[in-house]
Amino acid sequence: MDALVAKYSRPAAEESDPFENELESHDLMNPADHLSLKFAMPPVAQPSSWLRAATDDRSNPECPIKIAHGTTTLAFRFQGGIIVATDSRATAGDWIASQTVKKVIEINSVLLGTMAGGAADCQYWLAWLGMQCRLHELRHKRRISVAAASKILANLVYSYKGMGLSMGTMCAGVTAEEGPALYYVDSDGTRLAGNLFCVGSGQTFAYGVLDAEYKYELSNEAALELGRRSILAAAHRDAYSGGYINLYHIEEKGWTRHGFSDTNPIFWKTKLEKGEFSNVTSELE
Amino acid sequence: MSAMFSQNPVMNGPNYSFSDAPRTNNGEFREHRFNPYSDNGGSTLAIAGADFCIMAGDTRHTSGYSINSRMAPKVFRIGGSNSDQSDATIALSVCGFAADGNALRDQLDTVCKIYRYRHGKPMSVHACAKRLSTILYNKRFFPYYTHAMLGGIDEEGKGAVYSYDPVGSYEREQCRAGGAAASLIMPFLDSNVNFKNQYVPGSGVGHELKERERHPLSRPVVETIVKDAFDGAVERHIEVGDNLQMMVITKDGIEEIMLPLKKD
Repeated sequence: MDALVAKYSRPAAEESDPFENELESHDLMNPADHLSLKFAMPPVAQPSSWLRAATDDRSNPECPIKIAHGTTTLAFRFQGGIIVATDSRATAGDWIASQTVKKVIEINSVLLGTMAGGAADCQYWLAWLGMQCRLHELRHKRRISVAAASKILANLVYSYKGMGLSMGTMCAGVTAEEGPALYYVDSDGTRLAGNLFCVGSGQTFAYGVLDAEYKYELSNEAALELGRRSILAAAHRDAYSGGYINLYHIEEKGWTRHGFSDTNPIFWKTKLEKGEFSNVTSELE
Repeated sequence: MSAMFSQNPVMNGPNYSFSDAPRTNNGEFREHRFNPYSDNGGSTLAIAGADFCIMAGDTRHTSGYSINSRMAPKVFRIGGSNSDQSDATIALSVCGFAADGNALRDQLDTVCKIYRYRHGKPMSVHACAKRLSTILYNKRFFPYYTHAMLGGIDEEGKGAVYSYDPVGSYEREQCRAGGAAASLIMPFLDSNVNFKNQYVPGSGVGHELKERERHPLSRPVVETIVKDAFDGAVERHIEVGDNLQMMVITKDGIEEIMLPLKKD
């Protein structure tokens, strides 16, 4: 009986819809529907290979749609919580599409995600993850663990495997049950817990600095400086990274932002005051 | 045996082994092409001021080297209460493939109208910007071939410009150029709107050197920058020209200005 009632009764708002019979009316009228996972598909047998030909500038440099790429992001666990740092450059082919991208995505007040790979994929799915985390809070009356949140994302991207999603993301947060927790999730479906990750085209340069100086016992100030210095190294050596350095520190009370600062003055300060980058000279020889 | 299974587990489409792939009469592989896009050229530009925002675009519509139309606008009013859009508060500009642009405009406009009908108030730019992002992302696997921008006045009364990539990643910015001549116009804006690489003369050397301070520009200054940007683009890009369409968005509504550009 209940099933019958459910089948034939609807809320009043839907009852009087003038758009009832239109093809797409349901998508437009139901405010939650656009968050559902129904995507438009090209009318071809193999959408993923068509999509690759149309959008992947590495396999097809002549592709008509250039999707923004290229990045350096890092996050590491230490005694005082987690440091998350990114650059801010977005490139589409050789073109620098933006120098002011926010690659740290605030999932909620204690969880951060980072953005590498397709900008839209990361923005959309991390916002979606934020929604799932909130729903988890409402259902279970307690905050979601970082392990669970990262697994929701990993399962989601795995279900789209082969479809052309491109994202390399880190989920970082500090919870009472886990302490500081850091997970790497990418669009292949990989999900790894770890102390330290660098992701993106500039990852090797960032790892170089980070591995040399990293200790779990780092003070808060030293950890922030190390995050900044690692991104600076990547911005200096990787053409696809640059712009501004975006720095975050996560503690159990939540995350705090430590600036969105221009790399250029930081570079000259590092060179002139600390004597680093001594290969760079102002003389033209 | 492996050829029985599609590369793509989700779609499980037909999968031919290489030996029996379809061939043409002269023995070459028959290629199945699906080319749903063309590029209709043109360029757009948006600049936010302290209490206003200007969205601009040229009106030329091209295919390759031919000019199809000299009056095909790319900037649209969005979310008015009726079809003439006289009370709209948000403007959308799209360039790239014009048909996708029109489809996108219609979809966003419908969403904004339904919002107005349901809530009895116009959508805020902030909300509209997020919604446009999800509309674009809904076609992640069959994208709209467009570079979209959205302009309006935010809840604090400040000018707001949002720019998008084809699949919906977006960012609020002070200014942005899009389309065919983006690479010509954007450096001009970096210099004239964001004062990039400009320092206060005589403020010192090395670390003492002070960057020229950024400040919101006045409306006449922004209008001049827009005109100069397009005059420059028309001079050096074949797909830009004919007319300049400017929408000036203020708290009082949207004012549209049409100006001539070179027609060669």
